[in-house]
Amino acid sequence: MSAPTSLLRSREGQLIFFTAIFYFAVGIASPSFLSLQTLDAIITDSAILMIMASAQMMVILTRGIDLTVAANIALSGMVGALIGMHWPNTPLTAIIGASVLTGLSLGLLNAVFIALFGIPSIVVSLGAMTIYRGMIFVLSSGQWVNAQEMPVSFTVFPLDRLVGLSNLALIGIIISILAVLAMRYTRFGRELYAIGGNPEATDYVGINTRARLFTVYTLTGGLAGLCGYLWVARFAIAYTEIALGFELLTVAACVIGGVGIAGGTGTVLGAVLGALFLSMLQNALPVMGISPFWQLAVSGLAILAAVIVNSRGQRQKGMQILRVAH
Amino acid sequence: MQANNNVYAIPDALPLQFLDRLRSREALLLALLLVVVVVNSMLSPYFLDLYNLADSTQNFSEKAIIVLSMALVIIGKEIDISVASIIALSGVLMGAAAASGLDTWMVVAVGLASGTLAGAVNGLLVTRLALPSIIVTIGTMSLYRGIAFIILGDQAYTDFPANFAAIGQTYFFGELVPTQLLIFVLLAALAWLFLHLTIYGRRLYAIGNNPMAARYSGIKVDNYRLALLTLNGFVSALAAVLLVSRIATARPNMAGGWELEVITIVILGGVSIFGGSGRIPGVILAVLLIGMVQFGMQLINVPGIIMSIVTGVLLIASLVLPIVFGKLYAGSKR
Repeated sequence: MSAPTSLLRSREGQLIFFTAIFYFAVGIASPSFLSLQTLDAIITDSAILMIMASAQMMVILTRGIDLTVAANIALSGMVGALIGMHWPNTPLTAIIGASVLTGLSLGLLNAVFIALFGIPSIVVSLGAMTIYRGMIFVLSSGQWVNAQEMPVSFTVFPLDRLVGLSNLALIGIIISILAVLAMRYTRFGRELYAIGGNPEATDYVGINTRARLFTVYTLTGGLAGLCGYLWVARFAIAYTEIALGFELLTVAACVIGGVGIAGGTGTVLGAVLGALFLSMLQNALPVMGISPFWQLAVSGLAILAAVIVNSRGQRQKGMQILRVAH
Repeated sequence: MQANNNVYAIPDALPLQFLDRLRSREALLLALLLVVVVVNSMLSPYFLDLYNLADSTQNFSEKAIIVLSMALVIIGKEIDISVASIIALSGVLMGAAAASGLDTWMVVAVGLASGTLAGAVNGLLVTRLALPSIIVTIGTMSLYRGIAFIILGDQAYTDFPANFAAIGQTYFFGELVPTQLLIFVLLAALAWLFLHLTIYGRRLYAIGNNPMAARYSGIKVDNYRLALLTLNGFVSALAAVLLVSRIATARPNMAGGWELEVITIVILGGVSIFGGSGRIPGVILAVLLIGMVQFGMQLINVPGIIMSIVTGVLLIASLVLPIVFGKLYAGSKR
């Protein structure tokens, strides 16, 4: 098989192809969409989703799901915002560090229940997400932290430009590349694929499954902490309901990217492309003059279309249970 | 229980001893419920009032009836994340029907039919295309609420016929029992009968434990899946009828986040997320527990969001404590 055909046969190749067609089709309808500014905006908009989709991909790969990512983002972001509000002279790195640390410890908590106690991740994260959400309210006494209350350096950083790209986009791309490399070329990454393929077999082979799961959920928490700062700083506001429902968007990005929900299959690149596609969709609608109220339904359709396409490739033929009588 | 003189009577579970019953999920939930009732009545003199108690159920009855059908869905090894979006969709469609001048019965029919159809679409996608229900319903969750937003944007329908509004605001038995509570009690009885006393209920457990084995045993697994998801759509629509008529408003963002709350209560009630186990009494106790905690907190003016912390802690604690105690118990026996 020649390289181009095998690329088109892969999930990622199809997604790149489809995203490109979509991009240029919208661009023909309204040329302003093809501008560098729009492309820049799409990448900046999708950066947080890219990071969290990469993290969610690791979790789903190991047959789990982490529904706490959105609540974690909101809580870690609130911690960062509150520190910035009460101690405006805190260096930015310390604030980001505090957000990451908060996210990391929340992820660690998930990891204890999921990896050590062996409680299903969907159940733990379902309970934990409501707890984390509630803790934001307790911490902030239900108050908003708005742009005027945050230090300038705090809110400027995500959209500041270093080498043409916004810091936010840069962080998103760097973390995505690191995730791609880690899952493809490191022993840790390959072990996660093995765990997703067959957790019992990996245990027998001598891989410490619990320890790997522990790392996965803690790492996801840490990344959510970083995204918490980025989210709050980018939108220059922190309140209890930030990123509500974002957890399912990260899952949707993975599904669109071809990550199998049963574990063991999929790539980080797919998840990142899924995130990019969802963000492009959100940016395209207003350009095409379609009411933003269509956005949710269109994303829903995109998710369904992706699952149907995904399943077509791996569909098994019906099994014959009873032999036909002669 | 059947007498043991029939040699072919194979019990499907070991007979329960009194101590086993004490350590069951239901006993744990019942004990917690009692604690909550006692604490609540000490905190507020208004708690132990029959009318207040019956009235307080209005705040969670709509959610509670979905909990019942969701329990069946999860016992059957499926899940449905789209329930809240179905409420929004059928709520908005009911609003549109009322706005176009249809009478109350037609409005209700539109609501129930749209929800049932939405559930059937979930079911068809899951069974005909062999897709996992968690993914399908994450997709339709966006799609259904998305359609509601396309129809209504950020507006709201508030104009309903007077007798439509009466549905969710009527009380029975001497102004005591609200419609919602009555319907919950009826549906709970039905769910209990279905799950624990019919062959279909037994088959549901079989499917939940091992769908493949159930299929090999001649159970039409896909028919059950389709029926479960369609039923869940219908029940969500019923909840939408009750909710919309009670608050006399339909807007696309209504019932936000209910899907996860409903699933949380189901699991708290002792239903395994992997399917195949769980009982209706446990689920009912979980509903009452959450409802009473919520009511108690309202009485002492605790903000609603604190409630979500309590729910989350209850859910995780109810799963962790048996494991911890189980380890301690095993340790003491050694």
